[in-house]
Amino acid sequence: MLQLIVQTAAAWVIPVFIFITLVYAVIKKVDVFDSFVEGAKEGFTTSISLIPYLVAMLTAIGLLRASGALDLLTKILLPVLTTFNIPGEIIPLAIMRPLSGSGALGITAEILNSFGPDSFIGRLASTMQGSTDTTFFILTVYFGSVGIRRTRHALAVGLLADLAAFIASVIICSLVFH
Amino acid sequence: MINLIWFAMIIIGLVVSAATGRVEAATDALFSSAQQAVSVAFSMISVMTFWLGMMKIIERSGLIKWIVKLLRPLSLLLFPRLPRNHPAMHAILMNMSANLLGMGNAATPFGLKAMQELQKINDDPSTASDEMCTFLAVNTSALTLIPTTVVALRAASGSLYPTEIVGTTIIATFCATAAAVVLDRVLRSFTQKRR
Repeated sequence: MLQLIVQTAAAWVIPVFIFITLVYAVIKKVDVFDSFVEGAKEGFTTSISLIPYLVAMLTAIGLLRASGALDLLTKILLPVLTTFNIPGEIIPLAIMRPLSGSGALGITAEILNSFGPDSFIGRLASTMQGSTDTTFFILTVYFGSVGIRRTRHALAVGLLADLAAFIASVIICSLVFH
Repeated sequence: MINLIWFAMIIIGLVVSAATGRVEAATDALFSSAQQAVSVAFSMISVMTFWLGMMKIIERSGLIKWIVKLLRPLSLLLFPRLPRNHPAMHAILMNMSANLLGMGNAATPFGLKAMQELQKINDDPSTASDEMCTFLAVNTSALTLIPTTVVALRAASGSLYPTEIVGTTIIATFCATAAAVVLDRVLRSFTQKRR
C-alpha cells in the first residue's frame, strides 16, 4: 500500500506541479510563455558561474578518494564502530555521504547489490543515504554562487547534522528492523 | 576556514597517495574530477533554466502566496526576521517544497535563487548572514517526505519492499534537521562579526 503511494507520488509530483502552476497562471491572466522565458534567462549564467567552485571542491574530493586516505580513515574507525555493534561495511558510506553525492550513491548501490536490499545493512544504508544531503556540494555551490567567503558555522552545522543522521539511522534501523 | 580545509584535503590526498604508491592514479583522479565538475555545471544549465522559468510564472500568478500561507508556521520558526512576502522567502519556501516532495532537481535552482535574494539584503556581502546559515542548515540535512532516489535504487536492485525504509528515513532526516536547526541557533552568536 505504502509502496504504491510513494511510487505514484514520485512519478506524478512534477507533472501535477507543472499542471497546477500553468492552469492557475492562465486563470490569473499571466502571460505564461513570456514569464517563463524571462525567468529562465538567469539559468545559464548561474550554472556557469558555479564552475570554479565545483572544480575546486570536486578535484580535492577526487584526489582524497583515489589516494586511499578514505580507506585509511575506515580502518581507524572500524574498532570504534564494532564496539557499538554497528556493521563496519557502512563506514565508507558514512564518510562519503557529506563529500560526494554520486560517490555515496555508488557505495549504497554496491552495498545493496552485495548484501541485498532487504538485509539489515541494506536497509541501514538506504536510510542513511536518504536522510542527509551532500554537505560539501551544497555549501560550495550555494555560497560560491553569491560570492560568500566567510561561511561562519555553516560547515560545522552541516557535518554535525550528517553525524546526527548517521546515529539516528543506526538507532532507528536497529529498533525497527531487528 | 574554507581555505584551510581545501588546503588540507589536497595535501592529505597528495601525501597519502605518495605513501600508498598511488601517485599516478591520484593525478588522474584530480583531472577526471575537474572534468566531472564541468559536466555537473553544464548538466545543471538545463534544469536551472527550466525551474527558474517556472519560478517566474509561480511568482507572477500569485500561486506563491498560497505556498507561503501553507508553510507559514515553518517559515516563522526558521526565519522570524525575514518579511514573509520578500522574494528571498518565496525562493526559500519553493526550495523547501521541492525537497519535501522529493522533486530532486528542482530544489537546487530554487535554493540558488534564494541565496541570490538573501545576498541582496546581506549587510556584509563576503560573510554569510544568519538567514543564509539557517537556510544551509535545513538544506544540508535534507528534510524530505519522499526519498525518491533511494526507493528507485532499492527497486532497481531487486528489493521485495523498496519503500520499507521510507518511515525510518523520515525519522532520521527529521532528527538531522532538528539537530541542524538547534546547532545553528546555538553557534550563531559565536560566529557573529564583532561590530
